Amino acid sequence: MREKLEEIRARASAQLSEINADLEAIRIKYLGKKGELTAVLRNMGSLSPEERPAIGAIANEVRTYIENAIAERMKEKKKDALGEKLEAERIDVTMPGTAVDVGRRHPLAKVRKEMEDIFIGMGFSVVEGPEVEYDYYNFQALNIPENHPARDTQDTFYITDKILLRSQTSPVQVRTMEKQKPPIRIISPGRVYRSDEVDATHSPLFHQLEGLVVDKGITMGDLKGMLETFAKTMFGESTRIRFRPHHFPFTEPSAEVDVSCFSCGGKGCRLCKNEGWIEILGAGMVHPNVLRGCGIDPEVYSGFAFGMGIERIVMTKYNIDDMRLLYENDMRFLGQF
Amino acid sequence: MKLPYSWLSDYTDIGEQDIKSYCDRMTITGSKVEGYEVLCEEISNVVIGRVESIERHGNSDHMWVCMVNVGNETVQIVTGAQNVRKGDIVPAAVAPATLPGGVKIKRGVLRGVESNGMLCSISELGLTLHDMPDAAEDGIFILDQSFGDRLGQDVCSVLGMRDTVVEFEITPNRPDCLSVIGLARESAASYGKELKLSVPSVRVTDDGDTVDNYLNVENRAQDLCMRYSARVVKNVRIKPSPLWMRMRLRAAGVRPINNIVDITNYVMLEYGQPMHAFDYSCLDGKRIVVRRASDGEKFVSLNNVSHELDSSMLVIADEKKAAALAGVMGGLNSEITSDTKTVVFESANFLGSSVRVTSRALGMRTESSARFEKGLDPENTLPALDRACELVGMLEAGDIVGGTVDVYSSPRPVTKIPLEVDRINHFLGTDLDGAYMESVLKLLCFEVNDGVITVPSYRADVECMNDVAEEVIRMYGYDKISATPFISRLTQGGRSPEQNFALGLHELLCGMGMYEIDTFSFISPRYFDRIRMPQDDPRRKCVVIRNPLGEDTSVMRTDALPSMLEVLSRNYNQGNSGALLYELATVYIPNGDPALLPAENKQLVIGMYGRGDFYRLKGYCERILEYAGIREAEFVRNTEDAAFHSGRCAYVTAGGNRIATIGEIHPAVLENYSIGTPVYAAVMDYEQIY
Repeated sequence: MREKLEEIRARASAQLSEINADLEAIRIKYLGKKGELTAVLRNMGSLSPEERPAIGAIANEVRTYIENAIAERMKEKKKDALGEKLEAERIDVTMPGTAVDVGRRHPLAKVRKEMEDIFIGMGFSVVEGPEVEYDYYNFQALNIPENHPARDTQDTFYITDKILLRSQTSPVQVRTMEKQKPPIRIISPGRVYRSDEVDATHSPLFHQLEGLVVDKGITMGDLKGMLETFAKTMFGESTRIRFRPHHFPFTEPSAEVDVSCFSCGGKGCRLCKNEGWIEILGAGMVHPNVLRGCGIDPEVYSGFAFGMGIERIVMTKYNIDDMRLLYENDMRFLGQF
Repeated sequence: MKLPYSWLSDYTDIGEQDIKSYCDRMTITGSKVEGYEVLCEEISNVVIGRVESIERHGNSDHMWVCMVNVGNETVQIVTGAQNVRKGDIVPAAVAPATLPGGVKIKRGVLRGVESNGMLCSISELGLTLHDMPDAAEDGIFILDQSFGDRLGQDVCSVLGMRDTVVEFEITPNRPDCLSVIGLARESAASYGKELKLSVPSVRVTDDGDTVDNYLNVENRAQDLCMRYSARVVKNVRIKPSPLWMRMRLRAAGVRPINNIVDITNYVMLEYGQPMHAFDYSCLDGKRIVVRRASDGEKFVSLNNVSHELDSSMLVIADEKKAAALAGVMGGLNSEITSDTKTVVFESANFLGSSVRVTSRALGMRTESSARFEKGLDPENTLPALDRACELVGMLEAGDIVGGTVDVYSSPRPVTKIPLEVDRINHFLGTDLDGAYMESVLKLLCFEVNDGVITVPSYRADVECMNDVAEEVIRMYGYDKISATPFISRLTQGGRSPEQNFALGLHELLCGMGMYEIDTFSFISPRYFDRIRMPQDDPRRKCVVIRNPLGEDTSVMRTDALPSMLEVLSRNYNQGNSGALLYELATVYIPNGDPALLPAENKQLVIGMYGRGDFYRLKGYCERILEYAGIREAEFVRNTEDAAFHSGRCAYVTAGGNRIATIGEIHPAVLENYSIGTPVYAAVMDYEQIY
């Protein structure tokens, strides 16, 4: 009987080591209810009581051996099958990815935020105000009385004699100065309106960002310094700025400010019309009449103000030659920013 | 303001300047140059010639063969003009020559006869009959025989047509620079040179006749007319003004008319003082009355347009009728004609805002009104008047009657400002010494005595320290101010909580794949019909623009859905296969009281086609509500909104308030917008979700 068991172990071992061994069939053949090992164990009764424990131990050992061997082989087989499956599922990883559409801010909003962030970094607050505004805030408080020829430079939409669509965001400055005592450091971005027919460089509605600083001892040199910082951050470290005398009723002295062309660096190109400079903003020292009108004593305080068109900056920055594209809102255009 | 460069040299000597560097220098010192034009730049090789012989062309019945003496040679030129005679002095374009408009004159053979150029008409030289009143209208420009000793010389130079015209952008605060003298003053100061001003010398007739024999002036509107000065010229001989004056006027962009009118224009350009000339014989009652018009008073202006005046307008009248609209335009009834024998020159000072209101109300903007409305110098009326009379003498246009009428009841006080050197330096961030500041101010014709500045009468714009600082710094150079990091008390910058909320919302919407759009705030009231808004809907009550560009932009929107649908329509019709858009749009809700400002609220509008269905849109809205922290929102079926599909629309409520409407757009609305695919839209009340 001992020989029989050893023979079963050897045969099972040999069968299991075959590559295509049918593990379930082998299990049934040896360990199943009618299996060979089961048959041997069933015959244990025919053995003498002395032999029984020794043979029983051998039979159990053979059974454990076969069970372990089957389990071992089962594991191996599974591993091979997974490998085959993965191989069968192989894809071409060099093919292009599936398109994911990410939304976008409008270019005007994008640049506006960029500008706001630069000024916030210099301690400015972002203040907004009404677009439908009193004539008083849009003109009179800014040293532009009724029937003043300076009104010609800003053709204005009127609602009533006293209410209009603001032609600049400067009314926000006046409203701020009325409420807040110096130190004041604000920017006021937003929509403004002028009665200009739509063409490649004009629109009856456009966006401005203006700024105001009022405190003791603010100088024109400070205005230059701050605008220089803005220009370098906005357009690049090598940007220079240039002040040209100009006239705005609400500032004195006033200046038009150019930045060196960020496309050619000042050598002259198509973008800057060979000037080397691009005019982007107006600025000046706040007129004493404006300060006084807001209850700020110009003998004690001084300040500066500046303003620029966001469209102009967007158009030069992205080399857009037709302003109308900004308001058409074609997905193909918006998708480029 | 167009400044002929040659005119400038009458008043200052700034030396030989390259035109480009002159323009740059003037811009840097505050007189912005728009550009410059070299007159007759296109004309070359057109010279004075004398027709030595003229014969019929053998092969043509209308052409002539001329031998033209052009100084060092005689050339054969064929012409088709019929007004050329032997001995005529003519402009001869000798090949190769060029003419205005890119015309090139080459040697050629005309029906077998060689022609070495072309004889020119005035129009071929870019001139008109106004410029050359004696010339033939069609035909060759026959020049005066006196040019016969300048054969071969450049025609444009001989006629004084060559000049460079610099165009300045004059800001409204500097009406004094709307004149040759004003710009000469700026030029002189910019180059550290002197202004050469001379007092006009008037030679009056020696018969003892005086202006009192002709005129009596009464000013009944001293608030609108600060000064009225006048002189009389008799025995007037109306004729064209001389060539040099015509050429200067032409260069400055003014059309020559006749000697008297040209003198008034010339003085206006030179002195910046608009003038008017009346035909004295047309004035009734030997009187000039400066008065307000009566309501409904009729007036026909020089350009033969009838106007109905009102009592806000100032007229210059005689005993019976208005003869001029003060500061704007003269009347047809007293116009200078070829029969005029006696002329009244008016040189007055009117209130700027009054001239401005009148010229706007009547739609007449003239060179005169454009100057007056900016506020002119009352001290300038007499010098201008005398200059006009000096020119009358020079041009032998008439005999100047002695005396001047001058009604000037309350002279404008002289402005004096202390020269606060330290304060100016502190304000500008500079370190200039007082002597330098003084020298700059003196160059600009300010007087400085013992630290007190006396402002010239023509510089009404200079009132306080800031103004003085600007005068100094523009001549010193804005570029020389050093940039400083400003030192001020600390301020906490940043955005408001609402601005930060909005920024986060934009990030969320873009993160979900939406494109932001930016649309006009004004729309057409018809757009409400397109979204089928009921006639009695309160949103139809808009803030209306009184002077819109057009109907399409005439009211401020109370709802931003039409703007979104318009953009979707444009994208659809441009062939974009899908769109997912949003706008955080301001809407303008009228206040019950029209004297108060409307409420400006924001709507978040989302619109899409080809990117999903109702539930996709609802998903977006749910995310937005989640961002806004609104948890108990409910979507309720909505069949009332005519813009939406009645079976696919919901309103969103939270805490009892409607905060949004979402749904599929009604097919009839889609048809109105020419969209052939389902569109989904949401309109959310931003004030409720913030």
